[in-house]
Amino acid sequence: MADSTLLTNIWAGILALAVFMYVVMDGFDLGIGILFPAFGVGRERDTAMNSIAPVWDGNETWLVLGGGGLMAAFPLAYSIVMSALYAPLIAMLLALVFRGVAFEFRWRDPAHRAIWDFAFTGGSFVAAFMQGIMLGALLQGITVEGRAYGGGWWDWLTPFSLLTGVSVVAGYSLLGACWLNWKTDGETQKHARRLMRVLAPVTLVAIVAVSLATLTLGDQYIQRWFAMPAVLVTAQVPLIIAILTWRFVRSLRRDYELAPFVLTLAVFGLSFVGLGISMYPYLIPNSITLQMAAAPESSQAFMLVGAAVLVPLILAYTAWSYWVFRGKVAHEGYH
Amino acid sequence: MFHDADALLLARFQFGFTVSFHFIFPSFSIGLASYLAVLEALWLKTGKTLYLDLFKYWLKIFAVVFAMGVVSGIVMSYQFGSNWAVFSDRAGPVIGPLMAYEVLTAFFLEAGFLGVMLFGMQKVGKRLHFFATLMVAVGTFISAFWILSVNSWMQTPTGYAVNPEGQFVPAGSWAEIIFNPSFPYRLVHTVIAAYLTTALAVGAVGAWHLLKNSRQEHARKMFSMAMWMAALVAPVQIFVGDLHGLNTLEHQPAKVMAMEGHYESHPEGAPLILFGIPNDAEQRMEHAVKIPRLSSLILKHDLDAPLSGLDTVAPGNRPPVKVVFWTFRVMVALGFLMLLLGVCSLVARASWGLYDWRWLHRFALVMGPSGFIAVIAGWMTTEVGRQPFTIYGVMRTADSVSPLAAPAVATSLIAFVVVYFAVFGMGTWYLLRLMSKAPQPHEPDLPNAPAHAAGITPAPALAGGRAKEAPHG
Repeated sequence: MADSTLLTNIWAGILALAVFMYVVMDGFDLGIGILFPAFGVGRERDTAMNSIAPVWDGNETWLVLGGGGLMAAFPLAYSIVMSALYAPLIAMLLALVFRGVAFEFRWRDPAHRAIWDFAFTGGSFVAAFMQGIMLGALLQGITVEGRAYGGGWWDWLTPFSLLTGVSVVAGYSLLGACWLNWKTDGETQKHARRLMRVLAPVTLVAIVAVSLATLTLGDQYIQRWFAMPAVLVTAQVPLIIAILTWRFVRSLRRDYELAPFVLTLAVFGLSFVGLGISMYPYLIPNSITLQMAAAPESSQAFMLVGAAVLVPLILAYTAWSYWVFRGKVAHEGYH
Repeated sequence: MFHDADALLLARFQFGFTVSFHFIFPSFSIGLASYLAVLEALWLKTGKTLYLDLFKYWLKIFAVVFAMGVVSGIVMSYQFGSNWAVFSDRAGPVIGPLMAYEVLTAFFLEAGFLGVMLFGMQKVGKRLHFFATLMVAVGTFISAFWILSVNSWMQTPTGYAVNPEGQFVPAGSWAEIIFNPSFPYRLVHTVIAAYLTTALAVGAVGAWHLLKNSRQEHARKMFSMAMWMAALVAPVQIFVGDLHGLNTLEHQPAKVMAMEGHYESHPEGAPLILFGIPNDAEQRMEHAVKIPRLSSLILKHDLDAPLSGLDTVAPGNRPPVKVVFWTFRVMVALGFLMLLLGVCSLVARASWGLYDWRWLHRFALVMGPSGFIAVIAGWMTTEVGRQPFTIYGVMRTADSVSPLAAPAVATSLIAFVVVYFAVFGMGTWYLLRLMSKAPQPHEPDLPNAPAHAAGITPAPALAGGRAKEAPHG
């Protein structure tokens, strides 16, 4: 039993890693999509899109690992969550269709580039917004009856889930702007910097708002955050946020290129840890724990053998792929 | 409100629609990735730019096909949970790990090396670029391996037990689950289908350009390569298909009965029904055109062998005959037409007419989409033939569905139909436009390659006008 608890926790960790990888990696490329209209037609937009063209597909694969891994390691949670979040989930999937094909289609059809640019932006925005809504809907709780979803079709839609939706859009946009600040130069970079100055405070406000709103959702969150040992982390959060913010402002002033991106990733990481504290040991707040949803030991063990070898390998060749396309993206991205 | 019949039917339509659309793209990209690897290998070996031109030409098409495959595939990975929650909960412990392995071994491999394959030739050099192409090709194959293992397990489940929560859990070895009885046949049949589909599409593009200009060197090369493939692989595919059918007869006899249109048992030699109108309500075949005893000969290799019909299957366990019967005939008919095309091309080649026989080019052009149609038809045969079960014999489709309300599924189904036809319709149009242009000497690169400022990237292995100086930095 101790072994199976350990195994279950390891799988929770692997899936948390997959979700985090997805959030930060697809986060910046969805963000670029959301910010697309702010950039000038032609050079700026082409450069922005080209900076992510070789990597977006790999970034989105973490989403597939999140879905496939959840089904494999925690099938009960997968089945309940996906049917509970039916509408936002389908909307997100369709949005990802639009933005994914836009990468190719906008080059194939210059006459209708405006349409595919719109599809790219709209798809990115809706996908990010729906991901935020799904996060909020999960945090606020899902009605479970037996082994199935027992709520209605609009349960996911609340002021709280709208708040988390907007917050994710803001956070992704900031990541996208920071990425462009790092990967581009000239006008595109200047433009990205202007956007960062607006998006950074918006994201900060959003994080604070979501954190406070989460505490109003129920006593369990207050207890989890202000009980030992979580409070040891909680108490440091305002301080850490303050330090990160100060570093961010300084890096903006000094026109650093990589630092703002890394600092934003750190803020995302911090928020993610906070999310973990809010959730653990539940997968669905107050109803399904990791243990309850866990697949049998034999399933988790079989996958762990593969994951132990393959995840490091994947990280290695993904890093290589980023390395190959390192450096600034030039304007002459196409002929 | 829950589990009503409308919601079930709509959920089935939705899954069938999205998976059929999705399946078109991988069946092209599996074959195309291998074709690209072959072209690049030939270029590296011979140094002929003809192969590089063809590589770049098909790479542009591959990029569009692959993007459509990726986005339609992400939908699939979440539809199990959204629409088939009970199935996901109960079958997850067995099929979930196989799908996770697909992501870990295949999707990441493809995605990780795709960027380099599409845009990285100048950055990493020829050999490393070829390695990236190979990894993408291998990835497409590994992906087929796992997903067909999952599909085959649903057709011929082995190596499982059922726990107190009603979940299917692994019992014994994973090899028994992965290499379930129908898997080897389905894998070989499907992968060959992907290669054949690609060969026919490539052949049709070659034929189109030969019809416009029979001197076009690139068109000649791709047409010749494709026709070799059709001539050599079509007969193999028919042979493998036969073996797959015999395997199905052993493990899923009701499916074969539906394919054959055998409502009744034939104690002394069953006829092969060429055509007919299946009537499921009255369980009989109307207006049947049949050849006596031939079905027994094909399935049992004996003219007088008895064959059972659907009358031996409990009414609640019978698959719908109409769809299975017709889609099977479409697939088989196209298979024989492919064989005919292959044979014709051999005759033309032997008579030095491969590049000049216009009727052959027209034939190949018409056969261009036939692979896709055959793949979808065969897929429908095997999937509808599994009904009324999701996991054959042990879990019913009606018991697999999410607690769905019909209006929710109806809305999402409409959304999928509209978006898929619009987006993938446009994508197909772009593909046809790319194909309508003949490959050129010094075929241009992909237009959206992320060029980098000079001095940052390692010395380009290939002279290209790409790495120009950036105005700043």
